[in-house]
Formats: sequence, structure tokens, C-alpha cells
Amino acid sequence: MTEFMLRINGADHTVTSDPDRSLLQTLREDLDLTGAKYGCGEGACRSCTVLLDGRPTAACVTPLSRAEGREIVTIEGLGEDGGLHPVQQAFIDEHAMQCGYCVPGMILTAAALLRDNPDPDPEAIVSGMNGNICRCCNYPNIVRAVERAAALRHAEA
Amino acid sequence: MTAHFDGAVEPERYEFSEKPRYRFSVSRRAFLQSMGAGLAVLTFAEGVSGPEAWAQGGGTPTGRLEIGTDGTVTVFTGKVEVGQGSRTQIAMAAAEELGVPLDDVRVVMSDTDRAPNDGGTFGSHTTPRTVPEVREAAAAARTILIELACERWDADPADGAIQDGVIRHPGGGEITLAELASDTDMDEALAGRSVESPAVTAVADWRVLGESAPKADAEAIVTGAHRYPSDVRRPGMRYGKVLRAPAYEARLVDVDTAAAEAMEGVTVVRDGDFVGCAAPTTRQAQRAVEALAEGAEWELGDHPSSADLFEYLKANTGSGGGRFSSQEDTEGDVAEAMENGAATVRGSYKVPYIQHAPMEPRAAAAEWDGEGRLTVWTGTQRPFDVRNDVADAFGLQRGQVRLIMPDTGGGFGGKHTGDAAIEAAKLAQGAGHPVSLQWTRDEEFAWAYFRPAGLLETAGAVDSDGRITAWDFTNYNSGRAALQSPYNTPNKRERFQFCDSPLREGSYRALAAVANAFAREAFIDRLAAAADMDPLAFRLLNLPNGRLRDVLEAAAERFGWSAGWPDAPADRGYGIACGTEKGSYVATAAEIALDGDGGFEVERLCVVFECGAVQHPRNLRAQIEGCVIMGLGAALTEEIHFEDGKILNGRFNAYPVPRFRDTPPMDIEVLDRRDLPSAGAGETPIIAVAPAIANALFQATGEPREKLPLA
Ligand code: FES
Ligand code: FES
Repeated sequence: MTEFMLRINGADHTVTSDPDRSLLQTLREDLDLTGAKYGCGEGACRSCTVLLDGRPTAACVTPLSRAEGREIVTIEGLGEDGGLHPVQQAFIDEHAMQCGYCVPGMILTAAALLRDNPDPDPEAIVSGMNGNICRCCNYPNIVRAVERAAALRHAEA
Repeated sequence: MTAHFDGAVEPERYEFSEKPRYRFSVSRRAFLQSMGAGLAVLTFAEGVSGPEAWAQGGGTPTGRLEIGTDGTVTVFTGKVEVGQGSRTQIAMAAAEELGVPLDDVRVVMSDTDRAPNDGGTFGSHTTPRTVPEVREAAAAARTILIELACERWDADPADGAIQDGVIRHPGGGEITLAELASDTDMDEALAGRSVESPAVTAVADWRVLGESAPKADAEAIVTGAHRYPSDVRRPGMRYGKVLRAPAYEARLVDVDTAAAEAMEGVTVVRDGDFVGCAAPTTRQAQRAVEALAEGAEWELGDHPSSADLFEYLKANTGSGGGRFSSQEDTEGDVAEAMENGAATVRGSYKVPYIQHAPMEPRAAAAEWDGEGRLTVWTGTQRPFDVRNDVADAFGLQRGQVRLIMPDTGGGFGGKHTGDAAIEAAKLAQGAGHPVSLQWTRDEEFAWAYFRPAGLLETAGAVDSDGRITAWDFTNYNSGRAALQSPYNTPNKRERFQFCDSPLREGSYRALAAVANAFAREAFIDRLAAAADMDPLAFRLLNLPNGRLRDVLEAAAERFGWSAGWPDAPADRGYGIACGTEKGSYVATAAEIALDGDGGFEVERLCVVFECGAVQHPRNLRAQIEGCVIMGLGAALTEEIHFEDGKILNGRFNAYPVPRFRDTPPMDIEVLDRRDLPSAGAGETPIIAVAPAIANALFQATGEPREKLPLA
């Protein structure tokens, strides 16, 4: 058992854990942050996405040792000033969820995508999001939501 | 009044469902121990916990809805939400009939202690059955509420009305639902009065239904606050893992549990073939199960391989039983018509096993109280049946088990069983703590169940005018849904042949309609070619007038169908297919481009769908899009390979499911038939995707495509 200092959603947490345990299991089981979901455990579906220093990262294949000392943002911490992040709002507006299980991962991936590319064309959205699986196959609405979030961002700016 | 379930629910005729895997040996002593205080047993009679009865139809709101003193309405239903939108739809139905704002309606779903049993959530039943029942109950409640208010004013209730949660009478009376409810015993009022044939709102007067309301709980989903079954956390909870066999047909001979038991915090539970453990974290449980696996001795058995699957199915037929029974329907004289046909064709179509692969692998949390009552949280499309399965596994009475199904991460017909719930409950019993257990993706691929594979043999004849004169269609193993051809055919034989499936199999989106529509619609193009006719013209010649023909004609027009495609580029192919199932109708047209290397791309799809009066346009569109894209996976890439009792490609990297990049341009049109009752829509749009693409390939290459997946 090893002690790790994790900085999550702006707050520091100390967890004592198996060193080879994944960030995903630690978030979900020790910190009650269940927004990141298990879908495959091998980096192939991205339902477990969190932001690690701003980059979308599969928490299921991220050992705690690699998460230590980084800025971790989970879906629970994405909202801005107590309100929804524009991507979250856009997902609601565009009905971009069926069962919604993939949605936290989709939203975090899209938020990072829009930060790097505020004006993505459809191809950029598809290639930026292609690692995330939605088994409900709600892809058209998700693409619309990302486009809408980009527009919301512009309107705000 | 809508027909409602009474006594035994009308079983979904084609729904496949596997038996639970476990039934634990229950000694009298263990039983009493598991009951905690032995006396408690006396208080449980079979099936008295909660509203056990089937949902009541008609003028009885009791058990179906409650009105709070704050004016909010709570609707109770045994239906489940797995992403198809039933929670929102049911809230809309109640808001529509009660005249209250949608925001004031809450829906309690699939909690066996609180909700009525509305049957399983499958077969597209929610829209045609449950929604009408909710509407009738709400309409009855509306009538009673208006009566109550008008009695206060001594006014004629016939003139009263309720809108936005306020009851008014032209004589000047006005009272909010909250005021009325604070002042009246609502349960008593709703139970004490009955309403004969409550009138539901006519489609033309819909204000809530027919519009795209926001999805219920959307904010909880986008903020990560919604708790799926795998997110349920209980005080003192442990995490569980179960030892899996190394292969199908493997039998556990012996297992040395000492190493796992020696691990800190680990409890090992063994009961017959069930071996598992509970630990403070999933990681520790995983390690313990690895130790168990090292100490386990198995006896391997024989199991066929997917390479020999179709020969195996044909060689292992049987009569089945119940819903699995073989069936044969005949009309006219098929043999004679085959002899006399101007042209005859034969085909043999193959569909593999595929996996539902919902994003949330099955999961459950289980907690025993000190009195032998068990609560399980799990994702299943059959909450009451699974509650019964859990009770049976432990020798409990049904009333001792409460099953709560939080809105769950996908189903697609793949979550009919309660394996995870039984496993979690067994581990929780052994560990003396609540236990959460989520299957890994590997487990989900290997140990859930599969969409049945099928072999479909077809023969047919046409006369010199291009009319179908003989139709002989046999489905081995995949099922009976949409087995009947919709085309006019005087001589036909349609058979479903039960087979002894080598893999555990169960329902899937639209069930066997996917396999049957693929074989039938691909074979129709062969017959059209034999008759030297354009596939669309051939279909229109042989299809009776009606809703199916309407969607086919609409799709052909929208797609720009051209007989023979004289102006098309050489690398392009065009196909069309149609079908009906569960009371709704679909036609799909596809354009493909050959890449010159034996591969192809789907360039565009056009889909026309009709399911009666549309209740939620936006959700309907999402269901159609989701079905079509999911159908592309089944059409193009999905196929389970197995050998020596092992799944060879049970991972997303080896079993490609559709992703963003695999979504072609789609042109979708819904024919909103407001004159017709609403039918379910989450299944049928999947059925014409594969044959439309197969037909496009046939048109482009001249070579018929008889096997899925096509890519
Ligand atoms: S669970 Fe992490 S990528 Fe699938
Ligand atoms: S909405 Fe169900 S997996 Fe994406």
C-alpha cells in the first residue's frame, strides 16, 4: 500500500492504495466520483475519460503513480462557476444522450477538443471523438452537440 | 379501455431468455440464518410486498400515480429506462392527461416494492401498452380532481378543467393542485372513486405528447451525478469478483481457496460451482480471483467452433419447446409451384452470433438487512422476473427480495438476465457486507449471451410476369420474429427450426427480424433478377397496398431510385429493402462505393419509418439513427468467433462496433400518421439496413451476398 496525493477538481486528496491500481477504480471506489465509467478497461472505449493536465486520458489504464502531481478534472468538476459547462449544456439541448453512460467521457473529450480547436469542422469532430464509443450509437446528436457547444462558446466570447 | 395484462402476462412470443445460472443449495438452517430473526419469516406471504399485481388499466389511478401535497405527480411503472426514452415518454403521457407541467411529474420506474409490474421492457411494448395505461390512469385522476374541486364550489364538474396544474371552473372557482392536495386525502380520493372509460386526450389536442420534451434527468447525466447500477454505493460496501471457467463446458473439479482467503480483507464464497470473493476494492478482489484461478482444477469438455457453426446448427435440430418451439406454416403447394415457375432461385443465408455489448457491462449491488430481506440494484430489462430469479436462487419468497433498477447503461435486448444480481447477493451474504460487482468487458463478451446465429435457407419461383408464385423459407436457430413474408405469394412454407445452440443466446434489438429481413430482402433481389426486373418495381408488383408499401415508395422517391441505374458510375451500387415488425414499418435505401480491392464504403443511407402517431419527434429520430448505426455494425463488422470453448474476439479492439467515423450520411424521414395508434420505435428501424447494403453490393457486382457481416 502506498500513499498518493491527488489533485482532483481543484482539491487535494490523499489516498492509500495498491500502487498499480488504476485511477479509474480509485476515483470510483475511494473518492465516490462515479462519473467516469468503466467500459472496457483497456483504453478502447473512453467512457472512463478524465482530463489530466487538460488532456483527455483513459483513467482505466492510468496507474495512480502517473496521476500524481497532475491536475485531474472529472465530469463532476467540469462545470463553470457552479453552472454547466457549455458542452454540458449543448448535450442537453441536442438530446445527445440515450442511456448516457458514454456521455461523461464524450463531454470531457469534446471540452478538450474545443479548447484546442474552437471552431472544428465536422471532420475534426469525428476524428477528435472517434476514440469514444457510444453503443446507443447516438453519434449524430453528439456531433450536433459539439457543434452547438462551439457556437455557444463563440456567443459567449 | 386498453386491454391490460391480467394474471400471466402475455409472453412476448419471440423473446428468448436463458435460465439463471445459479440455484444455491439452501438448507433449512441456512435459510433461517439468512432470515436473521427467524420470526420475520412469518410476516412474508408469497408476493405481498409492494403492488404485486399487474398494472391495472382503466379508471384506477391507485398504484399507478400519486399526487403530493406540493402538487407534484409521481407515476409508478415497472418499465425500465435503458436509454430508449421511456422515462421521459411516460412523464409526458401523465402530464398530458393530468394537465400539469411536465416538470411537476416524477416517474418511479422498475422498483419491485413500489411499481406495478408492467411486464418486461422489450418487444417495443412500452409505447403501445404502458403509455396508454398511464394515460388512462392519469385521465381518470384528472376527472376525479376536477370533481373534487367542483364539489367545493358546488359546480358542475362537466364544465371544470385543469391546465398547468390549476383547476378552474367558469363559475369562478380556481384552485391549484397543490392547494387541493394539501386539503384532501388524495390516496383515498383517488382510490375511492372510479371513472368509467376515462377519455384520453385526442391526438389533435396533444400539448405535451408530440413535442420534443427535454430528456428526464439529462442534467444528472451530463454532470456525472446520475447513478447507474455500477455506481451504487452503500455503507460498508465491498467489491466482488467471480471465478469464471476457462472455457464453455469446463467443469470445476476442485479449487484451493487458501491463498485467496489469506489475503487481507478478502472473503471467499463457495457454493457448488459458484466461487467468488469480496474485498475492500475491485483490485483486491481481482487479485484474490487470480489466486483462486491458480488453485482451480477444471475438466474441459467439447465445444464446437464458429468455423463449423452452420453445419453444427443444421445437424443439431430439435423440437424446442414453448417460445423456442419449431414452427411451420404452409399455404398452397410449394413443391408444385417450384416445378412450374418460370424461373426458380435458391439461397442460403448466414448470420453469426453477435454481442449487444452495451456500454455498461452488467452490474449489481446487493445488501441484506438483518431480517433476511435482500435488496439488489441492477440493470435488467425484466425487473420482476429477475427479482423472482434472485428469490429462487436463494430459496426466498418473492416478497423478501426488492429489486431496484436505476436507469441503466444500455440494453438492446441483452439485459434480460440477472446473473450479476445473484452473484452480488451471494457474495454479500457470505461477506456480511453489501457488495457491488461489475462484469469486465471480457466477462460481458463471454458470459452474457448472444444474439442468436442463424442459417436461413430459401427457395422461390416467379411466373413470367414477375409475380412470386412459390416461397420456401426456413430459419434455423435465429428465431421467429418477422418470419412471415409480407409479399403476396399463393404457395408458401415458412419454418422456424429450433437448434441446440452452442452459445448462450437471447433477445436482441428487433430479435430475429434482423436475420429474417436480411435473408428475405436479399433473396427478393435474387428473385427480381431472375424475373429480369428492377428490385423496386419487383417489390411494388408483389407487395399489397398498405403501410409497408407507403414507406417503400417514400424511401425510393427520397433516395432518387432509378430503375436499372443507367447513369450510375461503375463503382457504385444501390440497394433497397423494407420490412415490418412490432407494428411499425421501415424502408432503407443504400448507396455503396466499391474500392477496387474487394472492399466498399457505405456512401449514404435513406430511411423512411412509420410508427403511427409520433409522441416525441426528437427521441424518435435518435432511436432511428441509433438503430441504423447499430445495424451497420451487425451488417458490416460484428461477428463472434469461438473455438475450444473460448471467445476469440471478445474485446472492442477485436470486435469493432460502430464509431463516429462509421456513420455515413443519413437521410431520415418519419411519416407521422396521427390517425394511427403509436407503436414502439426502438427496434424496427434496424431491420432493413443489412439487406439494403447487401442488395447494393449485388447490384454493383452481380454477385449475391449471403453472409453477414458483409465487409
Ligand atoms: S474503460 Fe477506459 S477506455 Fe474503456
Ligand atoms: S448514450 Fe448509451 S452509450 Fe452513449
